Amino acid sequence: MADLTLAALTKVYPGGVRALDSVELTVADGEFFALLGPSGCGKTTLLRTLAGLETATSGAVLLGGTDVTAVPPGRRDVAMVFQDYALFPHMTVTDNIAYPLRIRKVPGRERRERAADTAAELGLGDHLGRRPDQLSGGQQQRVALARAMACHPRAFLFDEPLSNLDARMRLEARTFLKRLQRELGVTTVFVTHDQAEALALADRIAVMEQGRIRQLGTPAEVFRRPANTFVASFIGSTPMNLLPGTAEGGAVRVADTALPTPEGLALAEGEKLTYGIRPEYLTFHQEPVAGALAGEVRVVENLGSSQLVTLEGPAGEVRVVVDEDTALAPGTAGHALPRADRALVYRDGELLGPPGYETPATGTRTP
Amino acid sequence: MTAPPGADPETTAADRHAAGLDGARRLLATVGFYTFCSLVLAFFTVPLLWLASAPFDDTPSVTASLPSFTLANFETLLDNRYAMRSLGNSAVLAAGTGVLVVVCAALAAYALSRVRLPGRDALLYALLLLSSIVTGTAAMVPLFNLAFELDLIDSQLGVILVLSGGLLPSAVFILKDFMDGTPRSYEESAQVFGASPLQVMRHVVVPLVRPGLATIAVWSVAQVWGNFLIPFLLLRSPEKSPAAVVMYTFYTEGGQPDLALISTFSLLYSVPVVLMFLLVSSRYGFRFHGGIKR
Amino acid sequence: MATSPPEPGGPPAGAAPRERDAAGLGRLGATAFVVPALLLIAAFLVFPALWTIYLGATDYRLTGLAAVDPQFVGAENVERALDDDGFTNSLGLTLQFVLGSAVIGQAGLGFAIAWVLRDRRGFGRRLIEAMVLLAWILPSSVIAFLWIALLDRDDGTLNALLSTPGTAWLLEHPMLSLIVFNIWRGTAFSMMLYAAALGNVPPSQLETARLAGASSWQQLRDVVFPRIRGHVLTNLLLISLWTFNDFTPFLLTGGGPEDRTEIMPVFIYETALFGGELGFGAAISVLMLLINLVIAVVYARLLRRRKDVDR
Repeated sequence: MADLTLAALTKVYPGGVRALDSVELTVADGEFFALLGPSGCGKTTLLRTLAGLETATSGAVLLGGTDVTAVPPGRRDVAMVFQDYALFPHMTVTDNIAYPLRIRKVPGRERRERAADTAAELGLGDHLGRRPDQLSGGQQQRVALARAMACHPRAFLFDEPLSNLDARMRLEARTFLKRLQRELGVTTVFVTHDQAEALALADRIAVMEQGRIRQLGTPAEVFRRPANTFVASFIGSTPMNLLPGTAEGGAVRVADTALPTPEGLALAEGEKLTYGIRPEYLTFHQEPVAGALAGEVRVVENLGSSQLVTLEGPAGEVRVVVDEDTALAPGTAGHALPRADRALVYRDGELLGPPGYETPATGTRTP
Repeated sequence: MTAPPGADPETTAADRHAAGLDGARRLLATVGFYTFCSLVLAFFTVPLLWLASAPFDDTPSVTASLPSFTLANFETLLDNRYAMRSLGNSAVLAAGTGVLVVVCAALAAYALSRVRLPGRDALLYALLLLSSIVTGTAAMVPLFNLAFELDLIDSQLGVILVLSGGLLPSAVFILKDFMDGTPRSYEESAQVFGASPLQVMRHVVVPLVRPGLATIAVWSVAQVWGNFLIPFLLLRSPEKSPAAVVMYTFYTEGGQPDLALISTFSLLYSVPVVLMFLLVSSRYGFRFHGGIKR
Repeated sequence: MATSPPEPGGPPAGAAPRERDAAGLGRLGATAFVVPALLLIAAFLVFPALWTIYLGATDYRLTGLAAVDPQFVGAENVERALDDDGFTNSLGLTLQFVLGSAVIGQAGLGFAIAWVLRDRRGFGRRLIEAMVLLAWILPSSVIAFLWIALLDRDDGTLNALLSTPGTAWLLEHPMLSLIVFNIWRGTAFSMMLYAAALGNVPPSQLETARLAGASSWQQLRDVVFPRIRGHVLTNLLLISLWTFNDFTPFLLTGGGPEDRTEIMPVFIYETALFGGELGFGAAISVLMLLINLVIAVVYARLLRRRKDVDR
């Protein structure tokens, strides 16, 4: 078990692509840490550099305080679970789980026993003699986890651990994974492109774009106060409304509506701003309300316990989450009123905080 | 024979519609289909009939006919000193070349598939072209000279080396395709657990590409088994000659071809390749790989 | 794999950018893996090819004075070959052989079989494929004799079947016989390649065409052919080169009657090893290499153009 530190880590591919751009990051001992971002943002490269499968162009990787930048992958004492699990198709479940022990020259009998123990812990006791292609996706994932656990590494690295499962299995596996990590207490870094997965699992999240960390913080911080419009549009199962406007008398005027802002923002009169508000933090009214965005209901999407309504008005498209009991028909008028304390104001794409507010980009881990 | 198009249970609605409109055309297509298949089958079967009948005929002629059954021809064959020996020679040449080609090609294909060496693709393509161009006939003279200088004339080792050199580019090319098709995460996974390159090769890569290795092994063995030119060129003594060459002497020596011997020998000589082929196609399926992907 | 001393907190000094590969081989390891194969190829493929070029410029002979001390004669051999009736005759015959048996025969019949059987399963298909494959995998010496027996003047099965007793096919129609023989021999490769290629044509595209009312021929032209064009070119390249360099016809006709089937490989064999003119033979080999190269380059060009179109 160990903490992980990345110092000015940079990776430039031969073609000149800068996959990682001086990344600074510390993952605490025992922490469950998510690398989140769209495909091609460098998150997988970062994970592979941690594993030693990619060599950093410059910068350092520290594991438990020692520099492992030049240490080959096999000697870093980390375990990785690949997106496709990489279970060896020609080996049984036991042989797969015991493989790391085989490399470490643990005698055959002992390593089979240890593999069986680990398998039993993960509920795989009945499948020891099977081959990977005879297992379900969820079982395959647990074999991969068991194989990673078998050698008691100092850190786990998971590459998109849930993406190969179908929707229902994914939820179950997510809960399982979080419990397992809590119990083992092993420092874990995982990569995902699914913001819901990152929010649900991680103690802290690094949101990445083009080789840089755009925001680092707890799920609550990242969700409530996205540090920039990139993170704002990336986090949340329904994307945040980002409306262009101008500062006017302490409020933000979008189209012809003055929208309320959080207290304590210093806005220069007339400056161009972006007003961010999540669909969940807008309340829907069928009658006109002061300070609400007006529009016509264009699309109604049923989300089960709620509805996602797309309003089209002078401010452009605005999405609102409406409770399930409100009857709605396309073509009718609607008004969306923002919750002032949840509204976010961005200047040049960066979040404006109240004076003295620590900018979320440097957010520290909350235990 | 499979069902005619009309009886196909999976016909789509569009099919039925078109068929209903034009029954005559469908009939014509069916007749055409069976005529074509019969002609193809006849074309490919007729030349082979002799091989099935003559070995068991007590008075074999060049005509394929129902034999007056006998196994006497096989006794004649067993009495021929060179005949049985030549099959052994063929086996030695085929096995030697097969092992050499599979081992060298597997190592090279693996490295070329996983490490981007400078000029890799150009090199592979150039070698592949070269190998189909210099298949022995064009380079006959220098091959003969080279074998002479290296003291490899009349040596089975010489034949093995020359054949391996000719087969390797295609083998590397085909195997590289197999290796390219296996996910790297298997090897990376083994690597993260601390396996050395040779361990990765032994534990993971070889078991994964076993069908590819089998294909290459069978392919090289079949190539050598049937090769006439190189042993004809490089081997002098009949005791070392493989079946392909020895068989040729059966019908040039003495003017009159010894049909009993030739037919029986042909059959015996053919059986191993056919068996090998059946084995591989039943175990791995005869799939097409490599070089033809694009 | 170079390692640098760990320097906590800072970039490791002198650590050049290194590419790590899936196997952890490194350049050095990879080179070691490649060397055995390359050595064999260099010694027994590349070197003889280069030597052929050198020999082609000498008057080297199997016996006599020139065997001991070959003289450099430059392009004389090549000029002589180009003037030689035997050479031009042989070149013409080879082109007939390649065009007739490979480009038209094997590719055409192979595609036809693959297309007709494309969505058939079961015994019939397996039987046809097995027979076609059998012709391909049997040793050439056996095959050659099978065909000598088939085409025999007096007792040949073909004459019995066609009721044409006394027709000496190999003497009266030698090149036609060889072409048919080679179609029989080599169709399997094209058949399998096209079967694989047709399997890669997405059924949804064919179904779209069928729903739009396209006939078989239109489906072939508009959906199938554009998709398998790369396979067609690769197939034609390989079978052209193989047929060009095929020595098996020698086993059937020995080049006769009267040089009427003396294709290039046979011509070289007769000239160099039988006639003893090694230098002259090598010069013809060089010409043959050049022709091969031209074929290869033409196909490679066509292939590349296809890829450009794709992008």
